[in-house]
Amino acid sequence: MCGIVGLLIKRPALRDQLGALMVPMLVGMTDRGPDSAGLAVYTAPVPEPSHKLSLYSGANQVDWSQLLLRLAKELEGVHEIAPTGTHAVLTSATDPDLLVSWISRHAPAIAVLSIGQSIDLYKDVGAPADIAERYQFKSLRGSHLVGHTRMATESAVTPAHAHPFTAGRDFCLVHNGSLSNPHLVRKKLEPLGIRFETDNDTEAACRFFEWRLREGDDLRTAVQRGFSELDGFFTFLMGTDQELLIVRDAFSCKPAVVAETDDYVAIASEFRSLAHLPHIKHATLFEPKPEEIYSWRI
Amino acid sequence: MANMTAPEAVKPKPVATERPPAKLFDLARDKLRDLNLFLHTRAALEGAPHIHVNNPDGAHSVACGLNANLDVHIHGHVGYYAAGMNQLASVTIHGNAGPGVAENMMSGRVHVKGFASTAAGASAHGGLLVIDGDASLRCGISLKGADIVVGGSVGSFSAFMAQAGRIVICGNAEDALGDSLYEAVIYVRGEVRSLGADARFEPMNETDVAAVSMLLDRAGLTHSPKEFRRVASAKSLYHWHADADQEY
Repeated sequence: MCGIVGLLIKRPALRDQLGALMVPMLVGMTDRGPDSAGLAVYTAPVPEPSHKLSLYSGANQVDWSQLLLRLAKELEGVHEIAPTGTHAVLTSATDPDLLVSWISRHAPAIAVLSIGQSIDLYKDVGAPADIAERYQFKSLRGSHLVGHTRMATESAVTPAHAHPFTAGRDFCLVHNGSLSNPHLVRKKLEPLGIRFETDNDTEAACRFFEWRLREGDDLRTAVQRGFSELDGFFTFLMGTDQELLIVRDAFSCKPAVVAETDDYVAIASEFRSLAHLPHIKHATLFEPKPEEIYSWRI
Repeated sequence: MANMTAPEAVKPKPVATERPPAKLFDLARDKLRDLNLFLHTRAALEGAPHIHVNNPDGAHSVACGLNANLDVHIHGHVGYYAAGMNQLASVTIHGNAGPGVAENMMSGRVHVKGFASTAAGASAHGGLLVIDGDASLRCGISLKGADIVVGGSVGSFSAFMAQAGRIVICGNAEDALGDSLYEAVIYVRGEVRSLGADARFEPMNETDVAAVSMLLDRAGLTHSPKEFRRVASAKSLYHWHADADQEY
């Protein structure tokens, strides 16, 4: 079992409250996923050619300002870093691939959680309320977000196995369910040069969709292809810098409910994570139908 | 009008003075466990059969396991297993229900005014489940004798392996309706995307029309029973056929 939450703000004035509205949604899914939690938040994009990298140091103590100094010495371009404890958002005009390779060589204790111009990503092990507090989720601002609370069933409880999973730029995915053919998907993708970071089933789905996006599919087409390629149970919630998308498998054993008002679209595994939202009594409520793709653009 | 001409002495007392006081729970403040404990033990003893519940906010197992002649009104949306295992009581949900509403009901009545999620009325043995809106997948799965009336449409695999009881569907049905049915009977008014293995349409006889008429009436719906089609088991799966096509 796991919990998923998603929120897309339609009225720009409410974007400052994105985190505050979301925290009770995430905490409300604690019973469904008490061992880890995470979320991807999409902010206004940093200007070209800059990118943002979400970094995570785990149990290792990292002096973020020292890291910034070393970066400035060795790589050209303006770098900025915004730390929150073991997490930091690095903004840099250097090519992100160069940055990732520099980090893996010079600071191997640091994991790169996400890369993009809009996405910031946080994930960790522990109770969702503790993680929300640890990274000050309530003060997050942005247009939309994708969150997850995990109850591990098929791979280890580690920060790397927590959701959201990311691949490529500004793309993330969370999953409630389990896939039965992740190894076949992996066998298909690895010869194409696609590298995996964990043995988690959800990562296979994430990398499959991102591969299709790079091959030119739009997200809906990629998801449509997924119906024949991905076998198992799923409610998938995905984010790009422009879009929030939810889809359930043909059997729809994994729940989801959507609430839509003029101000927001809110998605959760269960209504109890939506009950606190403003004007929820007047929201349009529905459950996504099996193999029907629902998406909203910012 | 009869009362106006009746002598003063036999005028009926105002209803309000005979009706026991209603009990109110607010789940924004009160614990779910206290509500269910009250419903299980004190409600019947204290002669307070009318219970209102505010702010359920998607809580699980609201009004589960009742076994007394109570009238419970839940004002809002409920989560998993609301009114599960119900006996005797009438539970009305003025909102939507999560998965497994009225699962394993034995008797009484459960009425969902909004829509119901998956597996509504699963394994219910008796009583009546009314859903005014749509029911999601697997409505009435493994039904064992209860009646279900759905005002809207039902999702795929509804009535899967249903053994006894009746399901009236006023809207449409998605895929595999009545797959591997036993003795339960389905009446459907709208389109059926596909029937499940061993389910077939059969002609409506007078007993069927009377049954649909009675169930619609109990659900407060006014469709003509003649608009419904009967789906029942062809009974070809009752015994194992080694030579049968096993592709399903």
